[in-house]
Order: sequence, then structure tokens, then C-alpha cells
Amino acid sequence: MADARIAKVTMPKWGLSMTSGRITEWLVEEGTEVKAGAELAEIDTDKINGVLESPADGVLRRIIAGTDSSAPIGATIAVVAPADVPDAEIEQVVAEAEAQLASGEVEEPQGPVVATVEVDGRPISYATMGDGDEVVVLVHGYGGDKNSWLFVQEPLSRTRTVHAIDLPGHGTSGKDVGDGSLDTLAATVLGFLDVVGAGRAHLVGHSLGGAVVTAAAAAAPDKVSALTLVAPAGFGSRVDAGYLRGFASAGSRRELRPHLGKLFADESQVTRELVDDLLRYKRLDGVGAALETLLGTLLDGDDQAIDAAPLLATVEVPVTVIWGRADKVFAPADASALGQAKLRVVDGAGHMAHMEKPHEVVAAVEGRGGTSASEEGDEGAGGQ
Amino acid sequence: MARTISYREAINEALAQEMERDESVIVMGEDNAGGMGSPGEMDAWGGVLGVTKGLYHKFPGRVLDTPISESAFIGAAIGAATRGMRPVAELMFIDFMGVCFDQIYNQAAKFRYMFGGKAVTPVVVRTMYGAGLRAAAQHSQALYPIFTHIPGLKVVVPSSPYEAKGLLIQSIRDDDPVIFCEHKMLYDTTGEVPEESYTIPFGEANVAREGGDVTIVAIGRMVSVALEAADELASSGVEAEVIDPRTTSPLDTDTILESVENTGRLVVVDEATPRCNMATDISATVAQEAFGSLRAPIQMVTAPHTPVPFADSLEDFYMPDAQKVVNAAKATVGWKR
Repeated sequence: MADARIAKVTMPKWGLSMTSGRITEWLVEEGTEVKAGAELAEIDTDKINGVLESPADGVLRRIIAGTDSSAPIGATIAVVAPADVPDAEIEQVVAEAEAQLASGEVEEPQGPVVATVEVDGRPISYATMGDGDEVVVLVHGYGGDKNSWLFVQEPLSRTRTVHAIDLPGHGTSGKDVGDGSLDTLAATVLGFLDVVGAGRAHLVGHSLGGAVVTAAAAAAPDKVSALTLVAPAGFGSRVDAGYLRGFASAGSRRELRPHLGKLFADESQVTRELVDDLLRYKRLDGVGAALETLLGTLLDGDDQAIDAAPLLATVEVPVTVIWGRADKVFAPADASALGQAKLRVVDGAGHMAHMEKPHEVVAAVEGRGGTSASEEGDEGAGGQ
Repeated sequence: MARTISYREAINEALAQEMERDESVIVMGEDNAGGMGSPGEMDAWGGVLGVTKGLYHKFPGRVLDTPISESAFIGAAIGAATRGMRPVAELMFIDFMGVCFDQIYNQAAKFRYMFGGKAVTPVVVRTMYGAGLRAAAQHSQALYPIFTHIPGLKVVVPSSPYEAKGLLIQSIRDDDPVIFCEHKMLYDTTGEVPEESYTIPFGEANVAREGGDVTIVAIGRMVSVALEAADELASSGVEAEVIDPRTTSPLDTDTILESVENTGRLVVVDEATPRCNMATDISATVAQEAFGSLRAPIQMVTAPHTPVPFADSLEDFYMPDAQKVVNAAKATVGWKR
């Protein structure tokens, strides 16, 4: 029996269609001490490039699949363990992993399970990972979908039940958004909690989804155990209205691509596949009308129409706010608008902080400190 | 939810969803309801390759078997379109266009213009093209360039199940006559297709692969051939950009020119015979509009100027394949003045 302190670093399953990944670069060398959540390697899939994080505190004892090699999802590609675990035990794990890789008989990890439930007469699609007692619900932003959480959902699901939902008008949920109001969207999230029998849940929302989960927590405090907001809409009046309108109206790759660059600190994150997936979504019947209605919820002229600060003021559960320092869509909000919430401004991230710095969002949900964020509050937040 | 279905299923689903949505959509053609090998209507074949299977019972009275007279039923479909229906007529093989060509090119294509914009003709002619099925010279041609030549027609050449569904729904909703060209060797190919209805706009090319060394423009089934070639090229360090125009009329020249301005090299892959085909048309456009960007002569990979041979070995040799595309791309990359 191997030492329980030995953590296998496995090829993750990012998204429903991923079957294998290629390691483009190991970011740490063997023998380096790493914390849980530290960036270990860059992984390239056919859809997206991401950074694999350490599953545990320890030392990166062995790299099994080197730079430029590919491995099926679930395969052990490295081993992390405390320095005092004997080499012989590490070698035993490595030998098993190498045998598995050579034979190709790797047990595929359970990917997200996708299902659809009816909430207020609308089909709502969601993906679930994990089966822990604690329930986390991830709510995407305007024009996004449940897949935008792929780097966050998997690490959170190790000890929790994590649902990522598609809001009405998005992903594979029904495209009717009704009046498209914040109340309607918040009622959908609360209705979803009831339908899946979630009890109290930790709600995580990005952008428009951040305002939605804030409204949900204000409307039903008994159903929400904590809030994590990623670049939430509704705090402060500033917004890049041109981005929102441009996203809504863009009909071709050449129109859409420049707008998407505004979402990231590193514009190379805008891959052909990302543009293609969004265009495929935008071509679905009903999406144009849904995005147009929701634009009315988000914008009042060139300013934000949503004011979520009064809603947040009534929320008594712990609230953490994550904001990319390079966010070009919603500027990091004033600390005063966030009240008692903890604000962490993350370097190297734009509006899509949960894709660019997923470990910061994971750490916030887990109640841990991050590695590249600064807590801002004492000296006044968003001070740039 | 996107799931994997075949090109044949994608076309069938597009027809079913549009018939469900709009009562004016009807389907007609030879054996569209019944067909070869079916003893009774309950197991009706649904066209010669089963594309319309199941629609006859789902939409009573709206899937019509026609006599073997293309001039009659294509004409009837065009007439019905001018009176408010949205017919989808199946011209079984594109090779049969000759017997109904007046109805298409000199009637349907002209109505909007001749009646000062007051008449619309929302008809779709679905038709099967291409070599590879061992169907000999009269059932294997790639004749979409002839339709592309006619102002007033829109011409669609879907390369995959995803394109097939979205482009067919767009074709049905479009108010102009559309010639929808299905490659017979693609029917069993599979790909991810959303269950929901969606439309792909005409005149918008798909960049099927990005690369900076050479632009490969490929039509219909040739897109998968070009992608196979691009994989092969990548292993020898040449990054090809593969562009699928999706529609030959209207043609998205902007995407092609933008790509050539970046790569400086162009290969066009077209299964049609080489005189006056899409390869010559696209090459001429690039030579005229982006001459200053070209770093090597344009290469065209097409069928030879012959009827499609019946002998298996000759038919295989007739068609553009990945190796021919690789050779053409390498010729542009290695070219020296």
C-alpha cells in the first residue's frame, strides 16, 4: 500500500470532448517544493490551453510524462509527495504509472455529467462533477456557459458536489429569457437549487453571473452559504459598453475576434476554437434575441444598469470578490460598493480571471489565500 | 447539446426541424417518400440514399414523390415557391441538371430581378455531387461551378455535418433560390452537431485550421482532404491555413485574401474539372487583388479535364487527394524565382 501522502498528478479532463492532452512545458523542475494550487505544467488540448496545478503540498518528486509528450486523461504524469517519503515508494508509483501509460490502459476519470432540469418552465442545462456534501454552483457571465468553468470545476469537485449551470439564453439551456431581469435570472438559480435538492450552496458567479448570485443570496439567505464573485457586474457604473454591444451584434469570426481580445490579460487566449465555439452558440435560434434582451438588463446608455451594491449589503454570509487587475470590461470596483466583502485583485488576469488564474478562484471558494492576488481593502481597493 | 451524428442525419434533422417550424416547407423529389427496395410505405426508403427517411410519416401530405421528370418537378417546386411555399426539391444527381436547367437558371434565378424585386423564389434544390461511389461518368460530376456562374442563384457546398445542418436551415429560410450540393461520399461521415436549430450565414468562410505558411482553400469534400494534407505538412514543419468557403455564391473573398496576405502562398483544391471551376475563379481573384502578397505561383489541385472514369483505380487517380495537396503546398513553399 503506497503512502497516502503521495499525490498523483494526473492529466485533467477539461471539457466534455477532451480525451488526451499534450504537455507543452513543465513549469517546475523535479525536486522543487510546491504548494497545492501551484502551477506545474502547461497543457495543450484540441480545444484549449491551460495550466495544470499541483493537487497537494509537497515536492515534485518525479515527472513521468515529459515536455512534448501526450497522455490520456486520468494518466499519472507526475508525482508530488513530501520530501520524507522514501524514494522506493515513489519509484513504485512511477513504475505503475509507466506501465499504465505503455499499455494505454488508463482508467478514465469521471468527467462532468450533463443533465437538464426544468426550472420555471425553462430547460436548464448543467454539468456536475464530484459528490461531496458541500454544494457549489457556478454561474457564468453574459454570453458564457458552463464550460467556462472547466479549470475551476475539476479541482473544486475533489471534495464537493459542483454544478455549473447554463443561464437561460445560454449554452444548451432554453433560449427564452423572459424579461431577462436580474430577478428572473436569480429565480432560475434558486429554482435550480430546489430542483436538484441542493440545500444550502456556495454560489460562485462571474460578471453578469456575479450580480445574479448576489441577487439570489439577497432574496433567499437561507439557501446560500457563501458567495464568491468573479469580476461581478453591478458594482460601480463603469463598463465597456462597446464590448457588450459588439459581442451581441458580431456575426462573423472577423467581427467577433477583436471583441474577445478584451476579455483576457493575455490576448493569445483567444484561440480559433474559442471564437468558433462562441459563433456556434450565437448561430442557435433564439440566442440573438436573448442577448439583446439581456443587454437591456446590463446597460443603461453606456453605463451599467445593474446596481448590486444594495443587494450585497443585505448579504450576511462570507463574500469574496476576485478581480483581474487587467479587466478591460468591468473595472475593479470601488471597495465601498463591495461593503464587507473581501476583494482580491489578481495580477496577470483580465475579465476572465477564472480561466486565466483559476487557482485564485479555487482558493477563494476553499477559503484559502491565493498566490498571485493582493488583498485590497486597507489601502482602498481597485487602486489603479 | 452537441452530439455526434452523420452528414445524412444532419440534413434530415434540418429538414424535420424546418418542417416543424414552418408549415410552408415541403419536400419533393424522386423516391423522397418511398423508394428503392421498400415493399410498403411504412418502411419507406427516403430517397436513393435515405436522406429523407422518416419524414413522410412525420409530415403527412408534405413529402411528395414525383415522377421521373426533373423538368416537371423542379419547375413545380419553383412555381410553388413563387406562390408562398418553401419547397425543398431533390435533384437526385447533380448530373441530371441538364433536363431542368431552364427552370433553374433562366426562370428561378431571374424572377427577383425581372419583377423589380417584387417576386421572391424561396426554393431549395438539394442535389448530390462528386466522385468516389463507383457510379461512373454520368453520376459522379462536381458541377457546382456551373450554378455558381449564374447571378441570382446561391450555391452551398457543405463540408461536414455541422455545416450541412446550419447551411440547409439557412437555405430554407433564404428568399432566393439555393442550390444545395451534398457530396455523396460525405453522407456517412460524422461530427458534432447541436440538437437545436441554427443557421450559418451565406458568404462566411470557415477557417478550418490556422497556419502561417500557406493558404489552402478547399471546396466541399475537399476540406477534409485539405485538413489531412495539413496534418501531413505540419509534420514536415509547414503550417497550412485551411479555408472552407462554405458557399461558392456568395463567395467570402475577404477571408481568402486576408489569409493570403498573411501567408503569401495559395493552393486551391477543387474536385471540379479544371476549366472555369472554383480553383480558377479563386486563383484569378487572388492574383488580381493580392498579387503583391504572393511569394510563389498559385497552385490548383483539381480533377483532370476528363469524364469521371469507372475503373476503380482510374477514379481514385482522378480525384484530388491529400498527397497531391501536400505536393502542391510544398511546391509553393519551396518555390524560387
